[in-house]
Amino acid sequence: MDMKATQKKMSLKDRYRHLTRGLDWETTYQPMDVVFPYDKYEGIKVHDWDKWEDPFRLTMDAYWKYQAEKERKLYAILDSFNQSNGHLNVTDARYINAIKIFFTAVPQVEYMAHRGFSIAGRQFRGVGPRVACQMQAIDEIRHAQTQIHTASNYNKYYNGINAFVHQYPRMWYQSVGKSFIDDAITGGPFEWMVAIGFSFEYVLTNLVFVPFVSGAAYNGDVGTMTFGFSAQSDEARHMTLGLECIKFMLEQDPDNLPIVQGWIDKWTWRGTRFLSLIGAMMDYMLPKRVMSWREAWDIYFEQNGGALFRDLARYGIKVPDCVAQAAEAKEHVSHQLWAALYQWNFGTMFHTWIPSPEELDWLSAKYPDTFDKYYRPRWEMWAQMEKEGKRYVNAGGLGANCQVCQFPMIFTEPGDPTKLCHRQTVYKKEKYHFCSDHCQHIFENEPEKYIQSWLPVNQMLQGNMGGGGLEEFFKWVHLRPGIDNMGFEGSEDQRNFAQWRGMATTNS
Amino acid sequence: MPVAAVKEYVGVARDTVANYHGNQILYMCWDGHLMLAAPFSLLVSPEMKFGDVLTGMVAPILQVHPDAAHINWAEARWEKDDEPWTPDPEKSIRDNGLHHKDFLRFSTPGLKGYRGLGI
Repeated sequence: MDMKATQKKMSLKDRYRHLTRGLDWETTYQPMDVVFPYDKYEGIKVHDWDKWEDPFRLTMDAYWKYQAEKERKLYAILDSFNQSNGHLNVTDARYINAIKIFFTAVPQVEYMAHRGFSIAGRQFRGVGPRVACQMQAIDEIRHAQTQIHTASNYNKYYNGINAFVHQYPRMWYQSVGKSFIDDAITGGPFEWMVAIGFSFEYVLTNLVFVPFVSGAAYNGDVGTMTFGFSAQSDEARHMTLGLECIKFMLEQDPDNLPIVQGWIDKWTWRGTRFLSLIGAMMDYMLPKRVMSWREAWDIYFEQNGGALFRDLARYGIKVPDCVAQAAEAKEHVSHQLWAALYQWNFGTMFHTWIPSPEELDWLSAKYPDTFDKYYRPRWEMWAQMEKEGKRYVNAGGLGANCQVCQFPMIFTEPGDPTKLCHRQTVYKKEKYHFCSDHCQHIFENEPEKYIQSWLPVNQMLQGNMGGGGLEEFFKWVHLRPGIDNMGFEGSEDQRNFAQWRGMATTNS
Repeated sequence: MPVAAVKEYVGVARDTVANYHGNQILYMCWDGHLMLAAPFSLLVSPEMKFGDVLTGMVAPILQVHPDAAHINWAEARWEKDDEPWTPDPEKSIRDNGLHHKDFLRFSTPGLKGYRGLGI
């Protein structure tokens, strides 16, 4: 016989209160500082952890329920996409190169975010943030998994994705994303929350998900679109957590302000640089475009982000200095990066191409002040070279890497788009080089950290990439030159897609 | 400011000259020629003559550019550490005072890039 319930079922609010307040205790066998040794050394002062307010107030049982429902929907659509050869419904096989970049980098970053939130979920002595971080840690591993499951279907049919785990720590351009997340995870828990929870999840996440996932939708990629929207509903919670953490630190003690401001300055710039890759994808890789990178930047960074910084002004937070440079760079970075990927395409696991005349016109219209003046002539020159059978390859010119963001120094001087930007400093008698003032400042703030950077070109010159030459590099990184990379025109991907789509739509 | 850390934190520099087997890195940037997406990295021996670096290593990298055939190295203008600098092509890298990871910019008067656009 069932026992009679003596009390009414607790409300969600009460259950959340018990989970994040009632279940916690002050340790007595060991001092709290020994049990939680990592939440003070960054200098953040906290007087009352109970002041942590999580607007979502999510309990574990509610969390499992919501997430399970999302998974069921996602995998039903993914199965249907896979079984019906949905990959043949994308606008063009060229599009698949955009998701190759995404699928070989982002799941790895998500996985590291999972690790980072697991670590933060242990390090905070306040149980509210601890519980929220643990849930986000599960979200992040879910994102890595759903992305890999979506990618696996593409991997059956197309080149370039097959070695993504092996390549993540080896592929030269992957060091941009890898160094970003590794930098964040090696900070303390509060810096981690600003880096990922605030700067990436709040200030910049829309620039990854909304334009790119809309790009998938525009280009008929139902698989990518579905995992994107499934992840996006988690992001709403992540953004709230990031913002709550910022407000919590700023309300706890006025001494926290300069530390928090320093992290916001650093991570806004780190994120801005990292997202240049998304810019190149949006402007150059989507056969059917959603909007230009500049437009996405205007809406999601300048308008939405601007409103956020106005909101934080009452705490004394200032808009980071780097934002002015980023505002100018939005006219340039996508073009500079695609030009770089085109000339170093022999070393990547995706194809590149020269924009068609119609696409060049689209870029001219979207970038009326810069494209025709600085970038169109490059493409016209290289198109002519391709026509003459001399496809431009910059094989000997291994680009010098920035010590902080690890991009090759492809970005131009603020105020002068005709001159490559370079900064340098000396630390302990050793010279270090940077792509920008902001990367230099980040270095100078914590030089002992960044002198350890694993710069791909320098590693190659040390002989640590399978030897020292390009052939050894290809073997070491598991790259098949000419199959996984170089021109999309004439590639195996292009041929197979045309053949399979032909089989799906005709009787011959 | 040092790294915020729970104990003394000392990093190990990953790119010191000792890791390059007797060679050193020399970075170069050809100003006004953005066809090359970034400054390039050369692995040079300190005994190499600067002129040999130009003809043997730099020229092959640049030769893809239509201006490359017209470069007169004797007229090139150099900058090191943001100051004008004059190399002696007959002297070695070491005797030109070049250290590991030095960064040189050079411009080639009269050569203004593809269609005169700095590309």
